[in-house]
Amino acid sequence: MIKLYDYELSGNCYKLRLLMSFLGVEYESKLIDFYPGNQHKSEGFRQINPLGQLPVVDDDGLVLRDAQAILVYLASKYDASGKWYPRDNPALLGQISQWLAFADGITATASAARLHDALFYTQIDVDAARAGANTLFRILDEHLYFAEEAGQDWICPGDHPTIADIACFPYIMLSEEGGVSRMDYPAIRRWCDRFKRIPGFTVMSGVFPAGPAVSGSIVSAA
Amino acid sequence: MSILKCSDPIALNLWYAIAPLDEVLIGETAQTILLEQPIAYTRNHTGEIVAWVHDVASGGNPETDRLPIKERYGYFWTSLGTPDADIFPIPEYDEQDRRNIHAASFGVNVSAPRLVENFLDMGHFPYVHTDILGAEPHTEVKEYFVEVSKERDEILATNCKFWQPMAAAVASGGMDVDYVYRVPHPYSAVLYKSNPTDPERMDVIAIFIQPTSQETLRVHMLLSLLDESNDDISIRLFQQTIFGQDKPILENQYPKRLPLDPRAETPIRADKSAIAYRRWLSDKGITYGVIPAAA
Ligand SMILES: N[C@@H](CCC(=O)N[C@@H](CS)C(=O)NCC(=O)O)C(=O)O
Ligand SMILES: [Fe+2]
Repeated sequence: MIKLYDYELSGNCYKLRLLMSFLGVEYESKLIDFYPGNQHKSEGFRQINPLGQLPVVDDDGLVLRDAQAILVYLASKYDASGKWYPRDNPALLGQISQWLAFADGITATASAARLHDALFYTQIDVDAARAGANTLFRILDEHLYFAEEAGQDWICPGDHPTIADIACFPYIMLSEEGGVSRMDYPAIRRWCDRFKRIPGFTVMSGVFPAGPAVSGSIVSAA
Repeated sequence: MSILKCSDPIALNLWYAIAPLDEVLIGETAQTILLEQPIAYTRNHTGEIVAWVHDVASGGNPETDRLPIKERYGYFWTSLGTPDADIFPIPEYDEQDRRNIHAASFGVNVSAPRLVENFLDMGHFPYVHTDILGAEPHTEVKEYFVEVSKERDEILATNCKFWQPMAAAVASGGMDVDYVYRVPHPYSAVLYKSNPTDPERMDVIAIFIQPTSQETLRVHMLLSLLDESNDDISIRLFQQTIFGQDKPILENQYPKRLPLDPRAETPIRADKSAIAYRRWLSDKGITYGVIPAAA
């Protein structure tokens, strides 16, 4: 079975849990004490990933790191429909890769701000991280606005979401924990809501399911 | 010592947990913030923990600006003032067969009293901790008792009951869980809940809050559990999952400080233990992290 080196509060690990849930692929989580144990920086874990980062996947002896790389691998291997990563469409593959790289930029900014605020990564320049996140959110918001105008629901053209949507979702959804509000990005907020309604969607700690389609959310009483 | 930003004498004279003992290392100086005051700490060659106020301009002096230190419940505690009482007791911590585990210290962008109040509230379990600490249709908070304890100056809520699908890492299915809550410190709380494996005894979960400002905090979470089957990491990660669910809810509270005026928020949100907690803070005259009731 696929083994995922996993940490619940990691948005990068969540990307893979999402894809495997959408595809109905079974896997086993090997829990890593990322915080406060710093287990991903241990000698033992560096044998698995010399970068000392999560996530890592071990599929029958093939060990891969980097959430985006793993999304490409898992979708290519396990998505019989070919919709999450359409291998026969060069233009689309180029666009997906472009947004996968963009997603890593979201990790470097929005996720860094969250690590600063919640887990005391005090070496991070949080103002620069927040500014960087806002720059990326502005670009994605505009992109999604024009996509909607063209009748498109997802980051890349087509009637089905791709791994680009999965790669961008977690740290956008968790951005407020790093002090980055989504208030000014209405197209992003609508896209998040559509994403949560994809069959097979699953939450992580800090992300809540979509509210009822018509009225407000039940979580408001908390 | 420079002039402190916090002017609430009650808050200044309290003890605060600052860091888990095993994270304070010989030869490494770490910095943090308590009540807006930067402080630094280290472990000296004799193994003793030293903490001092640390100003950006002068750097601070570990000798002359030295703060009081206590080691308790796996953390070191300090105070910017002169505490007139010892740290509150948690007798269970010393029981031989308990697992005492530091779950994490998390930063949260909300006031300390808002976090205490969320910790006391069972009503949010089914909605925020769905399928773990609660599930629909078991949403009712049944009648329970709240008092200011006769032995000690602390709030005590007893006879609390809630049905939980997965009460702890060691739980194997849903169960009715009894809860007792204590608030022995304006910014700390201790809960006791039925242990899934031993009907006679209770697990203990404590939150020790280190307010970094009136609207931001660092919370240290201690677990003192009866669990012979899970390793420390699984227990720790279970608690982190729970707290990660509370965090966005807390950070979306408005206002971030806790209003103490009894008319400030609707009775549903401020339930019985919340009302007692707010009144207790008011009676003490706490001003840090709250919006005091108009005189
Ligand atoms: N490009 C990598 C980034 C992974 C990453 O930043 N992982 C975090 C956890 S979510 C980590 O392990 N950080 C530790 C570090 O970078 O030192 C990916 O997308 O997987
Ligand atoms: Fe909660």
